Amino acid sequence: MTEFEPTIIGFTCNWCTYAGADLAGTSKIQYPTNIRIIRVMCTGRIEPEFILDALRLGADGILIGGCHPGDCHYQEGNYKTELRVRLVKSLLTSLGIEPERVRLEWISASEGQKFAETVQSFVDEIRELGPNPLKKNSELK
Amino acid sequence: MQKGEKLNDSQEIRIGVFICHCGTNIANTIDVKKVAEYASKLPEVTFASDERYVCSEPGQALIRDSIKKHNLNKVVIASCSPRMHEPTFRKTLEAAGLNSSLLEMVNIREQCSWVHMHEPKKATEKAKALVASAIAKAGLLEPLYPLKFKVTPSTLVVGAGIAGIQASLDLANKGFKVYLVERAPSIGGHMAQLDKTFPTLDCSACILTPKMVDVPRHPNINLLSYSEVKSVDGFIGNFKVVITKKARYINEVKCTSCGVCAEKCPVKNIPSEFNLGLGKRAATYVPFPQAVPPTYTIDKENCLWFTKGVCRVCEKVCPANAVDFSQEEQEIQVDVGTIIIATGYDLFDVKQKPEYGYEMYKDVISSLEFERLLSAAGPTGGKLVRPSNGIEPRKIAFIQCVGSRDVQTNPYCSRICCMASIKHAHQVKEKHPDAEVSVFYIDLRAFGKGYEEFYARVQQEGVNFVRGKAAEVYKEPNSDNLTLVFEDTLLGEVQEQEFDMVVLAAGLVPRTTAEPIQKMLKLSLSPDNFFLEAHPKLRPVETQIAGVYLCGCAQGPKDIPDVVAQASAAASQASIPLAKGEVVAEPTIAYVDQDLCCGCKVCESVCVYDAIEVEATDENGKAKVNEALCTCCGSCVAACPARAITLRGFTSEQISAQFEALLKPAQQRD
Repeated sequence: MTEFEPTIIGFTCNWCTYAGADLAGTSKIQYPTNIRIIRVMCTGRIEPEFILDALRLGADGILIGGCHPGDCHYQEGNYKTELRVRLVKSLLTSLGIEPERVRLEWISASEGQKFAETVQSFVDEIRELGPNPLKKNSELK
Repeated sequence: MQKGEKLNDSQEIRIGVFICHCGTNIANTIDVKKVAEYASKLPEVTFASDERYVCSEPGQALIRDSIKKHNLNKVVIASCSPRMHEPTFRKTLEAAGLNSSLLEMVNIREQCSWVHMHEPKKATEKAKALVASAIAKAGLLEPLYPLKFKVTPSTLVVGAGIAGIQASLDLANKGFKVYLVERAPSIGGHMAQLDKTFPTLDCSACILTPKMVDVPRHPNINLLSYSEVKSVDGFIGNFKVVITKKARYINEVKCTSCGVCAEKCPVKNIPSEFNLGLGKRAATYVPFPQAVPPTYTIDKENCLWFTKGVCRVCEKVCPANAVDFSQEEQEIQVDVGTIIIATGYDLFDVKQKPEYGYEMYKDVISSLEFERLLSAAGPTGGKLVRPSNGIEPRKIAFIQCVGSRDVQTNPYCSRICCMASIKHAHQVKEKHPDAEVSVFYIDLRAFGKGYEEFYARVQQEGVNFVRGKAAEVYKEPNSDNLTLVFEDTLLGEVQEQEFDMVVLAAGLVPRTTAEPIQKMLKLSLSPDNFFLEAHPKLRPVETQIAGVYLCGCAQGPKDIPDVVAQASAAASQASIPLAKGEVVAEPTIAYVDQDLCCGCKVCESVCVYDAIEVEATDENGKAKVNEALCTCCGSCVAACPARAITLRGFTSEQISAQFEALLKPAQQRD
């Protein structure tokens, strides 16, 4: 059996975390290939449904990256995200899915190193957690 | 905005996919041919190809020709970050007659090849997934039309040190209105506190004051001194700024700057901010003789009338009748098209290095204090004396990198301190040729035009340059002198030497008072907490916020020539939208499906820009978006319980299609 390779969907805001991920690239800081990033203008755009849907379709982890508190390009988008992520996590708990599969991090445009470290630690954590239990069902479909 | 325009439903979707090698940047890690071949087999893809440099003219020509030849109506480009070349490729589409919004970029360089350099196989698989995801989104793209707004032909400049002054004068000379806001009673900033400038030894005041005087005289500059920015709303071209003008309690128009008020003021023992506490001032004061405006200011915190309810002597003696205790803080609203941040720096607080004894010994002073002691307009009239006893120092030590290049405080180089200390050493030698002067350094950085030559000259003058960081300054009991402990790294031994004065070459740190404007404008900071430019090499004076520019030490430590050059650069950049007269706004804004909207007003409550409103006509009111105010954040879209709101360019269907494609198992992808 081959080693479990988690698939992680990243939702990052254009202004901070996406730019931080770009900086990790420019600085050639290496991290695991497991993450695939979707760019949105603000984490406030992320519908809780996206997270749930992505998990339903077999994502092993969801990483949401936004601006540090007080730094949101749109003033409060990151605060709204924090509330929404909290809601999603409690929903997941009650559905029997590990809430740790969803992680929210504040990573600024100058934190390329932090971005790479976050991906590495999240991949390690999800590897430990094992595959998304919903994945089988979605594969059967 | 041409609403509701969609690609004709019956029109076949024909996607062109272009995979860039970026020379070897991408192709060395990712098998680009394999990715292109994979893309060519995906549904709706008409044409797929790889190209050495898609951004080059031949690369762009390939895109244009392919659009025409294969009748493409959507384009996917997998290359560098969209933050790099999206604008380039949007123009390429336009040149081929396609709407520029029918482009989707895939970041396979910054977020793939460069970060997975040792895993070519996995990186190729990831690139395939990302390309498939972009193709899925591209199929759902619709043409969008940018909005155009008029630009108010004026600029707000925050901070009136040499950076803000230069930027303001440049813009004003170009014919644009400038509002220059300075929080201190006078303009001039740190440069006004300097005695001489390196390496030319120009008198700082002599070269600065003519520029200072030009500011209020310029018909296009509205100088708002003793004022602060209270709030900023709006966006590039149309910022609304509220400025608080503090009360001076002296009428700016009537005051003739005769100084009788200060002369008669009974409170005379206030430490002068301008002289860093080395001199005293009255409660009624001008910070320094060449202040602009020359208007006196009553310092409310120390004035007897405000603290004890007695006195008002100044009011009685003022020959111009300018004293006005009833003056109140004023709020001024101005409209501007662009903003320049020139808030400068703070000097590193040398108390944070207690080993150097700044607080314990009077003869340990900071470099800026030394500057004031050298200045003819300073507290000693330019006489260099020891603060402890008023006697001329005979042996002076300069300690470099205090609060710079230091893991305990700030890791960065402050760039000015080496040259400032070399200049100070020269000035000591000029005044007292037989004085002993030693400079203790880690590395000496004489990098600018004429700097190395000046350093060589000062070495010739007999100044000792000792390579080694000072460890400690202490005083033997019953001694008047200071003992400096240092390691001479060239000799490889720890030594002690006595001095009668020690000058700490303090580094530059971000201005603490600039924090409110940073929060107001949501400006990003570098890891060193100075303001972050849009690109370190190619957009050095722009910020991530359109219409907001940086110059001077607000962006990072730099010397006067660099500050002036950067200020002119910022003025030039800030004048571009003003000269154009209009700005083009992103078309990726929200709209409401009127049939789905239930008028619940949730969107209203989440929009911080008041850009979405439920019309109050009757109980069947529907939400409407104000396109001029919408900023594309998408908060309302995520909040709408009826899923009635769509964010153009980032629709729910498009984002869902992206992650659905990413989550297809690899075997299904092949």
